[in-house]
Amino acid sequence: MSQPLIDYCIAQGDDALIFGQRMTEWCYSAPFLEEDLALANVALDLIGRAQMFYQYAAELADDGRSADDIAFLRDARSYTNLLINELPRGDFGFSMARFLLVDTFNVLYLEQLVDSSDARVAAIAAKAIKESRYHLRRSRDWVVRLGDGTQESHQRMQQGLDEVWGYHKELFIVTDGERELIASGIAVDREALYNGWSEQIDAVLAEATLQRPEDGWKVVGGRDGIHTEHLGHMLSEMQYLQRSYPGVEW
Amino acid sequence: MSSEQQLKLFEVFVRSKRGLDHKHVGSLHAEDAEQALEYARDCYTRRSEGVSLWVVNSSDIVSSQEEDAESFYDPMDDKPYRHATHYQLPDAVNNM
Amino acid sequence: MTQFKLNEQQLEAAFQARVDAEQKIEPKDWMPETYRKNLIRQMSQHAHSEVIGMQPEGNWISRAPTLRRKMVLLAKVQDEGGHALYLYSATETLGVTRDELIEALHDGRAKYASIFNYPSLSWADIGAIGWLVDGAAIVNQITLQRTSYGPYARSMVRICKEESFHQRQGYESLIVLANGSPEQKAMAQDALNRWWWPALMMFGPHDAESAHSAQSMKWKIKRKSNDELRQAFIDQTMPQIEFLGLTVPDPDMKWNEQRGSYDHGELDWDEFQRVINGDGPCNRDRIEHHKKAHAEGEWVRDALRAYESKKRQRLAA
Repeated sequence: MSQPLIDYCIAQGDDALIFGQRMTEWCYSAPFLEEDLALANVALDLIGRAQMFYQYAAELADDGRSADDIAFLRDARSYTNLLINELPRGDFGFSMARFLLVDTFNVLYLEQLVDSSDARVAAIAAKAIKESRYHLRRSRDWVVRLGDGTQESHQRMQQGLDEVWGYHKELFIVTDGERELIASGIAVDREALYNGWSEQIDAVLAEATLQRPEDGWKVVGGRDGIHTEHLGHMLSEMQYLQRSYPGVEW
Repeated sequence: MSSEQQLKLFEVFVRSKRGLDHKHVGSLHAEDAEQALEYARDCYTRRSEGVSLWVVNSSDIVSSQEEDAESFYDPMDDKPYRHATHYQLPDAVNNM
Repeated sequence: MTQFKLNEQQLEAAFQARVDAEQKIEPKDWMPETYRKNLIRQMSQHAHSEVIGMQPEGNWISRAPTLRRKMVLLAKVQDEGGHALYLYSATETLGVTRDELIEALHDGRAKYASIFNYPSLSWADIGAIGWLVDGAAIVNQITLQRTSYGPYARSMVRICKEESFHQRQGYESLIVLANGSPEQKAMAQDALNRWWWPALMMFGPHDAESAHSAQSMKWKIKRKSNDELRQAFIDQTMPQIEFLGLTVPDPDMKWNEQRGSYDHGELDWDEFQRVINGDGPCNRDRIEHHKKAHAEGEWVRDALRAYESKKRQRLAA
């Protein structure tokens, strides 16, 4: 029972950390100062969420590894985040498109995860749901404003959406380990969230005057450690100090 | 760059806890009041400084003018009878 | 309405009397044009310093060694952005727009603290910046809480409250390095060696050579002289260096029993001028980055305005 839960917590942690790490790239680079601060708040939420999941995984595994060891001392093949989280930052339109898809999913998912039969998971979800609701409020507003803004913003927003679209399928794939956890009421059946997600996305896109992209292509593999090439570069930067000076305190 | 191109300026007021007045803390730029409210949350309450926020379009604030100060405020200075300290009561009842 | 108009001299006398009486000057008050200009210069320089200061530290967010350090650093750099916002906001009360201020930064009319033209080369630099650069800034800012212009003084109060976390996190991180492996300790010493002198230069030239000092003191825009503040910083920092077991990179530094203060070596003012005038390692990068991010954000800002005006039209229809 414990190994699937450990894997699950690490996967949730990886999703949050890799996305958070990516979004820190907006720091001192946002379109204006107020948005710079807002994006930093989102990234802080995500990294904090990763820490909670890793911490729980470390306690469950009880093999001497700390949350930081889990976060910093694995190779790309061992990270199990969904690919959508690791894609390069892109322009502001791409970032907001990705936020919309992920935030909409996260809210639906966390709304059920707060009832997890595992008290610790439920507690993490209870904290995370509040954050994700705010993230979604932001990403929805941004997609509508940019979609229905100028010609250029409309075109950029549409392009960002088209580029990220093929990565959304993976949000709804249940792994074997996860299936066990769903049966015992710990995890949420992500597959079942698709229709609700799809309706909400359609509503936002309609208001934003954007076209829902065709479902012609999809890329999956993150949960199996089959990543894009972008992850390795992100990790080599992220892990640089831990790898260069092993075993010391920071 | 003309100021017309700039996003609108909003004044931000924070109620730091229940029972206290909203207090002016600064300003920010946003597209509309709704976005201003969100940015007020992100920019002015990073350390849980507030339980309630107001944002007001800066151009909507009507302010008294410095040159009116004499006629506005000076006439109030010579009405000491409005203040409790104006009235001397015997010690026996002095905490009235 | 008042029936008579005071002349310029009388207004100025009334203004100075108010300043002398430690009353705050508020946005709608009459003020000498040079006071207003001086304030805009000083406050916007301060705001730009916060914004540009995000860069050397932000440079290490992606490489922070633990989750906690990553969050602390991101929150800290975000705070610098927040401080810039408070200061831009206060400066705007003087009748200048943020866009105009940014334009002045981009075309070189406005300055920012020269220390941010130095590179952050190792993780220990993050500790050193928090401890020394923020530490020096705090010494200056504490006195500015009593500056004569109300909005400036109030934003300083807010900023000072937040800055103490910045300095503490920097020092805490250096304690770990100074007590860590020989390599970590060397990293900490190297960071101190590189940041010490630039931190002292943050207080500006000697009082005698300071272009704006005398008038600024009279107006109480500035509350203490450059040299006084520098000395206060040195006196408070020396014991902290000793506690870390590091060596201050100044062979002339020694305690002066008589003065109850440290005597220190002369600063390299040629370097100070060189870096201010554009020959620091990062001058170009700092401004280029700011221009680039600003330019890349233009379509987003345009879109916001366009959406807002569409929305207004829809409401009116």
